[in-house]
Amino acid sequence: MTATGRYMGARVRRNEDARLLTGRALFVDDVHLDGMLHVAFLRSDYAHALLRSVDVAAARRRPGVVAAYTAADLGDYWRPGPLLVPPPPIRGLVFHARTQVPLARDRVRHVGEPIAMVVAESRYVAEDALEDIVVDAEPLPVVVDLEAALAPGAPLVHDDLGSNVAAHAVQRKGDYARARAAAHVVIARRFRYDRGAAAAIENRGIVAQWDPRAEELTLWDTTQAPIPIRNGLARLLGLLESQVRVIAPFVGGGFGPKIMMFYPEEVLLPWAALRLGRPLKWIEDRRENFSATTQERGQIHDAEIAVARDGRILGVRDVFLHDTGAYDPYGLTVPINSQCTLLGPYDVPNYASEFTAVFTNKTIVTPVRGAGRQHGVFVIERLLDFAAKQLGIDRAEIRRRNLLRPDQFPHNHEIIFQDSAPLVYDSGDYAPALERARELIGYDGFVQSEQARLRAAGRHVGLGLVCYVEGTGIGPYEGARVTVEPSGQVRVATGVGTQGQGHFTAFAQIVADVLDVEVDQVHVVTGDTREFHWGTGTFASRGAVVAGSACHAAAVRVREKVLELASGLLGAPPDRLELAGGRVRVRGSSDSAIPLGELALRANPLRGAVRPGTEPGLEATAYFGPDRGSTASGVHAMLVEVDPETAQVEIQRYVVVHDCGRVINPMIVEGQIQGGVAHGIGNAFYEQLVYDEAGQLLNASLMDYLLPTATDVPAVEMAHHETPSPLNPVGVKGVGEAGAIPTGAAFAQAVEDALSDHGVEITEIPLSPNRLFELIEAARSARAR
Amino acid sequence: MDQQVPIGVTVNGVRHERAVEPRLLLSDFLRHELGLTGTHVGCEHGVCGACTVLLDGDAVRSCLILAVQADGHELVTVEGLAPPGGGDELHPLQAAFREAHGLQCGFCTPGFLMTLVPFLREHPHPSEPEIREALSGHLCRCTGYQGIVAAVRLAAGSAP
Repeated sequence: MTATGRYMGARVRRNEDARLLTGRALFVDDVHLDGMLHVAFLRSDYAHALLRSVDVAAARRRPGVVAAYTAADLGDYWRPGPLLVPPPPIRGLVFHARTQVPLARDRVRHVGEPIAMVVAESRYVAEDALEDIVVDAEPLPVVVDLEAALAPGAPLVHDDLGSNVAAHAVQRKGDYARARAAAHVVIARRFRYDRGAAAAIENRGIVAQWDPRAEELTLWDTTQAPIPIRNGLARLLGLLESQVRVIAPFVGGGFGPKIMMFYPEEVLLPWAALRLGRPLKWIEDRRENFSATTQERGQIHDAEIAVARDGRILGVRDVFLHDTGAYDPYGLTVPINSQCTLLGPYDVPNYASEFTAVFTNKTIVTPVRGAGRQHGVFVIERLLDFAAKQLGIDRAEIRRRNLLRPDQFPHNHEIIFQDSAPLVYDSGDYAPALERARELIGYDGFVQSEQARLRAAGRHVGLGLVCYVEGTGIGPYEGARVTVEPSGQVRVATGVGTQGQGHFTAFAQIVADVLDVEVDQVHVVTGDTREFHWGTGTFASRGAVVAGSACHAAAVRVREKVLELASGLLGAPPDRLELAGGRVRVRGSSDSAIPLGELALRANPLRGAVRPGTEPGLEATAYFGPDRGSTASGVHAMLVEVDPETAQVEIQRYVVVHDCGRVINPMIVEGQIQGGVAHGIGNAFYEQLVYDEAGQLLNASLMDYLLPTATDVPAVEMAHHETPSPLNPVGVKGVGEAGAIPTGAAFAQAVEDALSDHGVEITEIPLSPNRLFELIEAARSARAR
Repeated sequence: MDQQVPIGVTVNGVRHERAVEPRLLLSDFLRHELGLTGTHVGCEHGVCGACTVLLDGDAVRSCLILAVQADGHELVTVEGLAPPGGGDELHPLQAAFREAHGLQCGFCTPGFLMTLVPFLREHPHPSEPEIREALSGHLCRCTGYQGIVAAVRLAAGSAP
């Protein structure tokens, strides 16, 4: 049964909004428990140092302090965190797992790494007590720059490894050397893409409570993936999985770093709560967030493209360095995404890609919205721009010529994706989306006349037009339980966490359509392992695809139960019954309709005998695991005006044509895209984590690290192009990250286009007014020479 | 730091008398002493705006004010916007946010609402640049602001 109905594709307002708007919604820091104590962490001020001693005696003596712990106090509990994503089976792959530790023992490897933990009656007192701790540390030489990290004699982040290489992987398709030899033009460039923060407005937080009577540990955690956290903590603490309940209540933005990291705080609070017998709370502050929450995006690419005279791509070669920070618990997801997403919507017959992941004395790198896909898109789109310029081909046209055709799907790229499966695009129809974006941005008019007219008037306006794909909705699986209650209302429980994606509404729409009830009569609960404890979590743009499909499957089974039960009561076979408006009746008859609620009551007989094998209730649990991810795609186009004197950039228009398969709720999808574009704009022009040579983050506050505001982000004009995915019953593809992925590439092309008379070439993101000013000046002086 | 200072504040029409440490932030006082956890804390350095509340009718950042400074003043938090009773009836601005998808994760939302209440009082028919300027003191990472701008227009009854 495929998903259809009145709610599929409808602009349904959200079920969760009333709670959020009135301040009733529970976030982790809102949890208050009797006897609760507060935790603060002493963190390393050094990026790299030997720890000689950590003395917490004075801290323990401070009134109001209940406990203070160092690594030595942890005993056997001290161990490096789990490797969360083992690397995929790529031939010849080198991978060194070095995962974060709960408290640094004899060495610190990045600023912000926790060294000691204080538990006190209030957070204020706990922070006071951090001042009492005496740390004897010997600073070591620091590895910050990616290339310097690989130079002979570089200081070692993990000295047992003998180098700072965390991983090395080569993936090949076809024969790039032959393609290169046959090329009309080969274009090579070096590209840089620097670090940014996820910067959810809610920082991380944890409340841990051990209930000695119930013998149950409850953890409220700002995690995107409560179930893996539950299972992992049970293992670490020697408890049954069923003794650990992890609740991810409303979470104030995720964007990647709130994944099941087993952050030090996540591991330490439950341990200390068990030990002390009192509930504990730790809420990250913004400064901690800048060093202790994972980050993303540092890569350097040396890439080249071999093209035929007509602009057809013959092959691409890319060798890149990926900054993984001080540890690599998330495996190779980010660089493999970069490697795979570089291929974009294009037919690239020959591809040679090689990366080295590098340890540095910086905060750990794990996926942040886009998760490495940005880098790949940036590299291929920039290479196409340079190729177009050199060949004298229009930039939209060179893209059109290289797009995969509808008859090439499913398309196997013959390399391995982050989910360990071959990179196969399930479906897509790229040319119409490109055409639509051209129309919406007014491409022809702008390129043929408008730009020159503006330039003659002294204005520097440029256009950017780029394509992208996004591998979304990967496995392994998610599940859902759907229950019709005697009130006639429906309850849906699923294991994924939710951070603003509208799951309470989108999942309700799917279920409401199957059971033909009102959407506000469907109550969704997410992220509480007591409600549902099978599944993985919300990441990789997979919630709607995988959990949404599980909700659909469970609702379909409940519908079957409804019809089967009603069939006996109405004396008609199920295929003669109809379910509409929350009631079942014999099709065509006007009487004897039974409400769902009554059926639910009857499905739970309290007296008498039932047939053997009877399952009570109108309830079903179902699971969905796709063979592989579904490939979303799209085109972004933008117009910018640049002031060459001040290097200020104003975005005049931004157009997105996207294909996320079937759209469950266009209002939510548009919100995801608009928000993603805002994140992408930040990434392109405002946001950069600036480390100095000692590994200190120089802009660790929201005063210094600039997130885009309402005056920086334009209204994005959008068009939906639907190519349903054949891989799930709903036909959806993910959309959570899409908006943020091609923005940097579009921005670079547009700014370069605006400054075409200055001869500026942009091969890096993020830019900033300062950096752009430097590039303009450099281009000026180069021309003067 | 054991010194406690008596203060009296009126929050959402209810009078509260408490003794607090001089260093206690107003945001912590509201959230943890009074249990009004709808006011959220995102940066504690006055940039993100999530902790915005009304102090004698003006929008202020409760993370930049000490609880003792609020002594004798009247405060309104997000819990004070909708009609009391805890039902789903909303303040018109809250209703507009729901209608125009002006929130996603909802963490920054209370702060936006509390800035917009006095803004709309002073600018009943704001232009789009005025709206964006008013919003620019707040950070939202989810929405890209478009839904919020639309919500303000809807609440102000101005054409989209």
